[in-house]
Amino acid sequence: MIEVQNLSKSYADKLAVRDVSFSVEKGEILGFLGPNGAGKTTTMRIITGFMPATSGTVTVAGYDVFSQSLEARKRIGYLPETVPLYPEMTVEAYLKFVARLKGLPSSRIGERLEYALDACQIKDVRGKLVSKLSKGYKQRVGIAQALIHDPDVIILDEPTVGLDPKQINETRQLIKGLGGQHTIVLSTHILPEVSMTCGRVVIISNGQVAAEDTPENLTKRLQGRDRVQLEAKAPRRELVDALKVVPGVTHVSAEDVDGGRVRCEIEGTGKRDVRSELAATVVGKGWSLLELRAASMSLEEIFLKLTTREEEAA
Amino acid sequence: MKDAPGLAVEPDPTQAPAEADEAETTAAERRRARRTAARTRGASSRTRTLASYPLRNIGTIAGRELYSLFASPIAYLVIAFFLVMNGYLFSIILFNSQQASMSTSFADMAIILLFLAPSITMRLLSEEQRSGTIELLLTSPLRESELVLGKWLGAMGFYLVMLALTLPYPLFLLKYGSPDLGQVAGGYVGIILVGGVFLAIGLFISSLTQNQIIALAASIGVLLVLWLFQGAGQSFGSGGGASLAQYLALAPHFDSFTSGNIRLNDLVYYLSLIVIALFLAVRSVETRRWR
Repeated sequence: MIEVQNLSKSYADKLAVRDVSFSVEKGEILGFLGPNGAGKTTTMRIITGFMPATSGTVTVAGYDVFSQSLEARKRIGYLPETVPLYPEMTVEAYLKFVARLKGLPSSRIGERLEYALDACQIKDVRGKLVSKLSKGYKQRVGIAQALIHDPDVIILDEPTVGLDPKQINETRQLIKGLGGQHTIVLSTHILPEVSMTCGRVVIISNGQVAAEDTPENLTKRLQGRDRVQLEAKAPRRELVDALKVVPGVTHVSAEDVDGGRVRCEIEGTGKRDVRSELAATVVGKGWSLLELRAASMSLEEIFLKLTTREEEAA
Repeated sequence: MKDAPGLAVEPDPTQAPAEADEAETTAAERRRARRTAARTRGASSRTRTLASYPLRNIGTIAGRELYSLFASPIAYLVIAFFLVMNGYLFSIILFNSQQASMSTSFADMAIILLFLAPSITMRLLSEEQRSGTIELLLTSPLRESELVLGKWLGAMGFYLVMLALTLPYPLFLLKYGSPDLGQVAGGYVGIILVGGVFLAIGLFISSLTQNQIIALAASIGVLLVLWLFQGAGQSFGSGGGASLAQYLALAPHFDSFTSGNIRLNDLVYYLSLIVIALFLAVRSVETRRWR
């Protein structure tokens, strides 16, 4: 449904998006994950036809967003980062305006308006001025305008930002419910959102795709690298040196804790369990081992790892 | 979704290059495809075609603009100020001249408009850019020219309502005197055109900034210069420079309307100014994408 190929975009001399490629199947919910400034919004703005790419192509529902822009745009619903609302309009007037603007035939506007009001649970404020709405309601009106013309593709840029936990949950349920009939791309910098709503994740960092997989596979892939937490009473530097030489250990980081204790994070290759050898090493040196346990990597950490790797290397 | 026949029916010049491969299919094939489409989809293919019709888009934009203008208190202030100023000047002129004529009133009206039109146009495109609604507009199946034309027509609609409220003046003259109706009609045509020029220029300037106040000040400045260009021309002395300035200035072209005999070149002058300003606004919105 969406094909992004070798997409690049530069502003003046700064490269915001570098050679990004991915595709989204019909009915799929794709999470677009990355820290602020990674190029999420830029990529979405190109997909929606708001700005042209410097190079590369994007097709939506078979239409090139640049050369067949009007046809492509008809099939896209878009919630930008700042919800595009007219404060002086009522919710109903605003949604009718958007429906007409998106080219929805007049005969279908009434039916789609009721559907959107219902789906986003904003029926009770339909006659209210947009300026009088709370942040949560405004966000929901924003989602309603993105789906009112029954688009094939819905693009949501940070749809849950600024909402309270209850509203966030409701919004995620709404998005989940829209999958299947619509193809959805949503960007976020909040990880649990992705594992809760998306079938697939594209992680973007510094304008490049850092990883692409299902949330489960991503976790699995990185869990392959074992992590062990160890606490011992020992001199820090010597402890680290001793642990580093244990076969299978790739990385050791340590910090001092109160009472002469040291807490270590040990990463292994995942091919073998290093815990017994670690224990033997500590005890063999005459230090006292206080704690030793395996720790799995949460998606949050995977994200941090994937997106900070480049800076560490530099 | 890949409905080639539906596409072929739509009048869409901008997509001509992209559809070059379609042009290669023979006419017979296209006719056949169209017939099938008409049979299978019937009314729906007709409504699709209607939906992408430019007039609908322009109407949608203009309609929303009117809705917003009349929902804002500034609009009523502008109308009130316009009517109070005009009413005052109209009665002063009437009492002093004792003539059932509106020529002088129209000239004054133009000066008042020079300051009021920018207050109508200042938010037209600048506010869309500031609030982010431009992102909604530019990702909708809407051409930049349709957006600009819709905005201008919305502002014109508001302006015409404002102008219609001055119709009691000629009716008053008609009741108590015998005004030259040709002059009055000419005056109205002139003031509509001048207003159209002011609104088009104001719209263009509004597309250049996110700040309403800058749009307001810059528009008034530009309109003042264009209106008073005549005076600048006189400093060139006589000859080519002076007559050029005379031609380019807004004010001299207005006289022929209020005198009741409309000259073609004055009509062309105002209409072409409107077209140029709207064209510049379209280009300005287009380049916004590339920034």
